[in-house]
Amino acid sequence: MGRYVIRRLLQMIPVFIGATLLIFLMVNVMGDPVAGLCGDRKCDPATALRLKKEFGLDKPVWQQYLTYMGNVFTGDFGTAFNGQKVTELMSAAFPVTIRLTLVAIVFEIVIGISLGVLTGLRRGRPIDTAVLLLTLVVISVPTFVTGLVLQLLLGVQWGVIKPSVSSEAPYDELLVPGLVLASVSLAYVTRLTRTSIAENRRADYVRTAIAKGLPRRRVITRHLLRNSLIPVVTFIGTDVGALMGGAIVTERIFNIHGVGFQLYQGILRQSTQTVVGFVTVLVLVFLVANLIVDLLYAVLDPRIRYA
Amino acid sequence: MGGATHARWAACAVTVALAATACGGGGSGGGAGSGIVSSSWGDPQNPLEPANTNEVQGGKILDMIFRGLKRYDPRTGKAEDMVAESIETEDARNFTVTIKDGWTFSNGEKITAKSFVDAWNYGAHLDNNQKNAYFFGYIEGYDKVHPEKGEPSAETLSGLKVVDDRTFTVRLSQKFSTWPDTLGYPAFAPLPKAFYDDREAWLSKPVGNGPYTVDSYTKGSQMSLRKWEEYPGDDKAQNGGVDMRVYTDNNTAYTDLMAGNLDLVDDVPAAQLKNAKRDLGDRYINTPAGIIQTLAFPFYDSEWTKPGREKVRRGISMAINREQITETIFQKTRTPASDWTSPVLGADGGFQKGLCGKACEYDAAEARKLVEEGGGIPGGRLKVTYNADTGSHKEWVDALCNSVNKALGKDKACIGDPVGTFADFRGKASKQQLDGAWRAGWQMDYPLIQNFLEPNYFTDAPSNDGKYSDEEFDRLVNEANGETDTAKAVGTFQDAEKILAEDMPAIPLWYQNGSAGYSERVSDVSLNQFSVPVYDQIKVE
Amino acid sequence: MPDPQEPEGAIAATGMGGAMDLAASEATTLERTPGGPDGAGPSAPARSLWSDAWRDLRHNPVFIVSGLIIVFLVVISLWPSLIATGNPLDCDLGNAQKGASPGHPFGFNEQGCDVYTRVVYGTRVSVTVGVCATLGVAVLGSVLGGLAGFFGGGWDAVLSRVTDIFFAIPVVLGGLVLLSVVTSSTVWPVVGFMVLLGWPQISRIARGSVITAKHNDYVQAARALGASNSRMLLRHITPNAVAPVIVVATIALGTYIALEATLSYLGVGLKPPTVSWGIDISAASPYIRNAPHMLLWPAGALAVTVLAFIMLGDAVRDALDPKLR
Repeated sequence: MGRYVIRRLLQMIPVFIGATLLIFLMVNVMGDPVAGLCGDRKCDPATALRLKKEFGLDKPVWQQYLTYMGNVFTGDFGTAFNGQKVTELMSAAFPVTIRLTLVAIVFEIVIGISLGVLTGLRRGRPIDTAVLLLTLVVISVPTFVTGLVLQLLLGVQWGVIKPSVSSEAPYDELLVPGLVLASVSLAYVTRLTRTSIAENRRADYVRTAIAKGLPRRRVITRHLLRNSLIPVVTFIGTDVGALMGGAIVTERIFNIHGVGFQLYQGILRQSTQTVVGFVTVLVLVFLVANLIVDLLYAVLDPRIRYA
Repeated sequence: MGGATHARWAACAVTVALAATACGGGGSGGGAGSGIVSSSWGDPQNPLEPANTNEVQGGKILDMIFRGLKRYDPRTGKAEDMVAESIETEDARNFTVTIKDGWTFSNGEKITAKSFVDAWNYGAHLDNNQKNAYFFGYIEGYDKVHPEKGEPSAETLSGLKVVDDRTFTVRLSQKFSTWPDTLGYPAFAPLPKAFYDDREAWLSKPVGNGPYTVDSYTKGSQMSLRKWEEYPGDDKAQNGGVDMRVYTDNNTAYTDLMAGNLDLVDDVPAAQLKNAKRDLGDRYINTPAGIIQTLAFPFYDSEWTKPGREKVRRGISMAINREQITETIFQKTRTPASDWTSPVLGADGGFQKGLCGKACEYDAAEARKLVEEGGGIPGGRLKVTYNADTGSHKEWVDALCNSVNKALGKDKACIGDPVGTFADFRGKASKQQLDGAWRAGWQMDYPLIQNFLEPNYFTDAPSNDGKYSDEEFDRLVNEANGETDTAKAVGTFQDAEKILAEDMPAIPLWYQNGSAGYSERVSDVSLNQFSVPVYDQIKVE
Repeated sequence: MPDPQEPEGAIAATGMGGAMDLAASEATTLERTPGGPDGAGPSAPARSLWSDAWRDLRHNPVFIVSGLIIVFLVVISLWPSLIATGNPLDCDLGNAQKGASPGHPFGFNEQGCDVYTRVVYGTRVSVTVGVCATLGVAVLGSVLGGLAGFFGGGWDAVLSRVTDIFFAIPVVLGGLVLLSVVTSSTVWPVVGFMVLLGWPQISRIARGSVITAKHNDYVQAARALGASNSRMLLRHITPNAVAPVIVVATIALGTYIALEATLSYLGVGLKPPTVSWGIDISAASPYIRNAPHMLLWPAGALAVTVLAFIMLGDAVRDALDPKLR
């Protein structure tokens, strides 16, 4: 087990290099970022040249990459076009996003799995149909609309919440944005749980447990749910990165200055430093999340072992 | 930020019985001129230096913390002396600038002729990478400090000379009679010594000479500006300060305004314009700004310069139902354009309604006839390129194309062609890589007809992406620039503009308005000609 | 600037939808050669699983209803003029945002186009993108994920780490880079892009399921009996591991249809004058306060489509589960 973890940690190195190189190249391919800095006017060529030099864009790509990586290892992630340090941007954005992601994941786990168990045990009943309809709404109505409607109803009409999240972004302000962010994933988690539960409830070990006279609640949580969770855990593991890096719409609607928003801005402004910096951290998050998921497999299903 | 305000209000409600003083919106104790206005803001794209800021978000701040030699009157748009006592010339080329006594920066440093000359030298020098450096391009010696190629051969502009503490002289490289009127642009602001001593520190908390001082600045989320009590100018702030809050989306800012968490939104989202009057009543304002939108054509493509193509361009222009689009899509926050300038110039300044003539009026039958006479649209299909990432251009481009298609009776004669990012769009446009029409916009730098015509249509001018070129037009512009009599100069510019009406190098679409909404807490809200709120005049109740 | 689409759904929206179609079609072919003369031996029980499944399906009302909806969608995609006589590109701004009126049952959108006509004509692009992207992601994702899970060790390490690298690409960046160079006006670059960025998620789901399934007693028994790898994968593991893949895929189908609009919104998706549900949903979103009908109809069409595929997936999964019989 310990050796497995060490092996996995070592495997992160090539992924890290591969991912940063890929992202670096992609942002570079997008073209000349300086053209966008002068408004509806052609940058005067001399200044444009100087700006390129300042941002290191005049060197060949491989050299830019090496310089960049060299700096990253000393903790210098470069500066964005407005002169702000990328580390500064990251230290402002990541804490907020991590809180938002936690809220979303808690919603996924609590609501998603509860509804999944409920519908899995009551397949074809009204509750199952109702949840299915809700799923369809969540999938076909864009997050933008869900967010906006909630914001108008709760924030303006009823005054229950504040429409925008403050820069400190405490947990209570992130509840509604977290729910909006989690909504599509909730659909996945619910249906994954439902299917697994429905599949496993007729399995031999569940019948045995029931035959032994164990209480229903215990059978469901200890035996049925535990064995049904592997796909759900896998999904949530893959979702962590998506929630953190891709919450652009949710962050914009609720005025959250998080990772998704900064990354989006960085991409549109073609700021290599910002984009690669943020993605680098996100890659580490994916890798750790995946490792945890793999370790959870062994916890959920004792037959699975890692050596 | 929303939370901070909220908490402060709550605190105020409690302390009101004691002595509410500095509470924004505390009301009773606030007295005239001490309330804080909260306003929506966007992250400035560039570091907040005067000569490096070329977009409106950074411009808002500079307008609050700096006062230059001139300032554009927020109502009339006329350039009025601010720090300048007088700017005199006899030959439209050599100017003597005298500054008023008694002006200081908010850190106490006295403003002298040197404060200006040093700042301008800094802004113009190539090594400082200032994006507005070209504003100093009329001053003699610019080609030495900012050569197009190679290293600069001089440290300072030879055309600038300090005479004494309150006087300096400027020599231009060519005649430019209305040059003093350009000096209201923020790039010409003076800079304190603190700027050169420690630029980094200055950028994190800029110090200027305007009616506000920067109290605190958290990049990416908020800037708090407070009234500078000792401000020497006449336009003292009528409120205690302004909190500029960065919003990720103007829709959110608008929602916050409705919920009572924000006082001022200066950019009402397009989709909410229809609701704005209902939501806000007379707290919604919609006033003309010096912005015109046009459809530009590629004159580097021989298909578009063939004789007769001007008929095609004119036909396309007549196929655009400007009235309907400005009314439906823009909810009257745009006005159909009929010349190449802007109504904010006023008739004296060179705006002439209807200069474009019938060519800017919708007439489907005539449009179809003209396009046919001109040999049809090159390639049979008009592509209208725009950038998808900012400004929701898709909607009006689609509407424009639908209008053209309907008029010409073909359903794919005109199609929108989105480009992912603004940088990519600008890169393609400035390198002449677009093979159809594209959206072009011009926001004036200063309210002069020259600023609408010369940068866009003069041969090889910096924003003339279509490479339009006409000898007569160039000759008239040069003549007008050298004319010392303003009325005559304007007349000559208009003669040049009439050439545009013949050639249609760009189709005028509409003049853009500034729109804003504000809360019940504040009054006297207005927008200037640059669609920037006049913060110093806002009163908090 | 209003932002009517969510690139977050984009990343979250990976999935695979082809598994059930695969399963179904395999079942069909097997059924067509019912128990050949050499039907004895070890292949007999397996074949009866697939053919049992097909027999089940044919009598399942859920399968029949969802099948009918899908057939209807296909017919409309191929011949939209069967039920809509108008031209989806014929728009009159004078009608913008108007509600239903005689001849225009769904009203008009923000450009004054007839919403009914656009919903009908949008079917082709939306259903093609949804189904093809889902199929592609499902095949690629479950093959790679299945192999990683089944073989483990070095295979798993390499495949999983490649998956991780693909996970790292933000959809917005990928779209702006990969799709902005494409000039083709067909749906295929968009579908290809979705497959390229979508397979990692399904791959991880498939891997997890295969890892669980291969520890089941009957798989261990089969291995002990000397069954070949391919045989174990196809006959024992796939039927038992396919359920989560089907679930994710059927939901992802809907998110792909929405993702197409996100890409268009970014200016790199399908170029105008393409008509699709996603584009119309995205365009109508900012106007939710004024004219919800513009959103309601295309979103409703999307919901019905997703419903049909979810039902189909459910039916196929049930049919493959012997415990439910």
